[in-house]
Amino acid sequence: MQRIPNWADVVLVPLFSLLIAFLLSGVVIFAIGENPIAAVKMMISGAVGSTYGWGYTLYYATNFLFTGLAFAVASHARLFNIGTEGQATLGGLGVALVCLYIPWPHWALALPAAMIGGALFGAAWAFLPAWLQAKRGSHIVITTIMFNYIGFSLLNYVLVNVLRPVGAMDPATAKFPEGTHLPTLHDILGVFGIPFSKAAPANISFVIALIACFLVWVLIWRTRLGYALRSYGQSESAAVYAGISPTKIIVVAMLISGGLAGLMAVNNVMGEAERLVLNSVEGAGFIGIAVALMGRNHPFGILLASILFGVLYQGGAELALWMNIPRELIVVIQALVILFTGALDNMVRMPIAYVFNLRRRKETA
Amino acid sequence: MDFLTLLQVSDSTVRLATPLLLACLAGLFSERAGIFDIGLEGKMLFAAFFSGAIAAVTGSAWMGLVAAIFASLILSVIHGLASITFRGNQLISGVAINFLAAGLTVVVAQDWFGQGGRTPSLTGAARFNPITLPFAESLGAVPVLGPIYRDLLSGHTILVYVAFACVPLTWWVLYRTRFGLRLRAVGEAPEAVDTAGISVVRLRYAAVIICGVLCGIAGSYLATALQAGFVKDMTAGRGYIALAALIFAKWRPWYALWATLLFGLLQAVALRFQNIDLGVFVLPVQFMDALPFILTVIILAGFVGKAIPPRAGGEPYVKER
Repeated sequence: MQRIPNWADVVLVPLFSLLIAFLLSGVVIFAIGENPIAAVKMMISGAVGSTYGWGYTLYYATNFLFTGLAFAVASHARLFNIGTEGQATLGGLGVALVCLYIPWPHWALALPAAMIGGALFGAAWAFLPAWLQAKRGSHIVITTIMFNYIGFSLLNYVLVNVLRPVGAMDPATAKFPEGTHLPTLHDILGVFGIPFSKAAPANISFVIALIACFLVWVLIWRTRLGYALRSYGQSESAAVYAGISPTKIIVVAMLISGGLAGLMAVNNVMGEAERLVLNSVEGAGFIGIAVALMGRNHPFGILLASILFGVLYQGGAELALWMNIPRELIVVIQALVILFTGALDNMVRMPIAYVFNLRRRKETA
Repeated sequence: MDFLTLLQVSDSTVRLATPLLLACLAGLFSERAGIFDIGLEGKMLFAAFFSGAIAAVTGSAWMGLVAAIFASLILSVIHGLASITFRGNQLISGVAINFLAAGLTVVVAQDWFGQGGRTPSLTGAARFNPITLPFAESLGAVPVLGPIYRDLLSGHTILVYVAFACVPLTWWVLYRTRFGLRLRAVGEAPEAVDTAGISVVRLRYAAVIICGVLCGIAGSYLATALQAGFVKDMTAGRGYIALAALIFAKWRPWYALWATLLFGLLQAVALRFQNIDLGVFVLPVQFMDALPFILTVIILAGFVGKAIPPRAGGEPYVKER
């Protein structure tokens, strides 16, 4: 087997994959008759050229951070949690119930409770697939896909028949009360006298996502549980030999994963929409897969990848607004990133490994 | 429920089961050869767009079908490259293909037709039209059996009959031909096939290609037979329902027919009745929507007959050195 240094595997391979994905996206933009270079300029200036742009970029990045971390935690135990979409949807329900049915005097009290609500509901939605995988051997990919759809139907039912205010037409809850409105980055940075766009939805959840990033790092690499998780992911038989219970690892990893996905609702439901609507997740669960793949399941990598995808999302919205490029272009870019950093990983690695081997041979010769 | 309603629901069951059946058989070929495919949805969607687009431009549904199969094959080859040649993760490849289709169809549709991600409505020969089986009208007067023949069996598009004919055909190919035996073997024990001097790579590619053709027909059925043109996200989770049906059918062709008919029936009932009043309580339409997925989870849990997937499924094959 051709070997390449660790740094190349972690940095060079994803970078090349990303480059190929972007080049192909450029070809798509060119093919539909727009100028790729102008498009890139517009995306970058739209996403990071103003505090308004940054506000949206960071808002999206917060969503992707939660789902990316969720996917990564399960990944370390070699569990492919494709159900983060459904878990985040249910997390939204948890957050909405906490915000609607308890009269909160201040957001500082509402936030921790909403976090618990979101995480609990998300974790609960991950529990059954985890348990079925552990006890009955049902493939977790299939069960979590099924649970995405079941969750969506469930939310649809609850919104239409239970939570919809009397007389309202669209399937959504009432606006959350004043006491649950989270401070935006405008409010937070304003305390320090830093001007920041008032219209952008980035809020205090971004800080929570950063803390979550750090905690996941501690969990995976600095705790006994994290060690058990990783060793189970590397080799199940070795883990069992070392006295690690597969059932416990599968269930705990999925509960943490689902909980993190559920936490996302604090950002999009409580922080931005301030009510629960159908499809509030908007595919962020799936982007979590792309983000985790690009970030090589490491919290720091996930942070960088989330911000990159935040830029893509906000920049893509600007493109749709000002150029004749539909918003769905971002979905294409996202697909290419997943394809090259995930599935065609070996295709990118092979030439790099070849170059390294050539160099090594020269040194020994 | 009177006879006429029953007939109409059955008719609509057949219509809705057809794309599920085609996609399910597509998945069956792929997964029996050891290649997991959660990209059925994407392939169908991609095929649906190209069949709608080409049928709209050429005015021929058959050209649309050819384009659909071709489009679906492109994605199949990508999946084959990723999961066979480069031994990548088959699940990730499937996810990527689904997104690629979801994004590209809208981007290209907007560029070609400028109608907000849809193709122009199809009429006449640009669509597959219903076929009247012989004597359908004259036999229609016969009580009970007449209307069944006239309304349920006759009057579907050619693709429906193709789909149903694929069931015995798949059974025959899988269980009565040398190719089928090898295909099943490569999904269970590829090393054994390799030892016998048969190329694992070639067999798996063959399976992935068949999967692409069937998904292409399914997509073309959606855009040029069931509906008149492509609309954004028109597969609406059918690829995943087909995947569920595949598990429900335990990876067998005849069971796949019954499973997809059952899920088609659920869709037909949900479409026609919305909320069902059972007297004691009301069955909400959302429950009917979720039922295929709930049933599949129950089957997967192994409480009612365990579904055991092909043993080498999802594992890239590496020759020993």
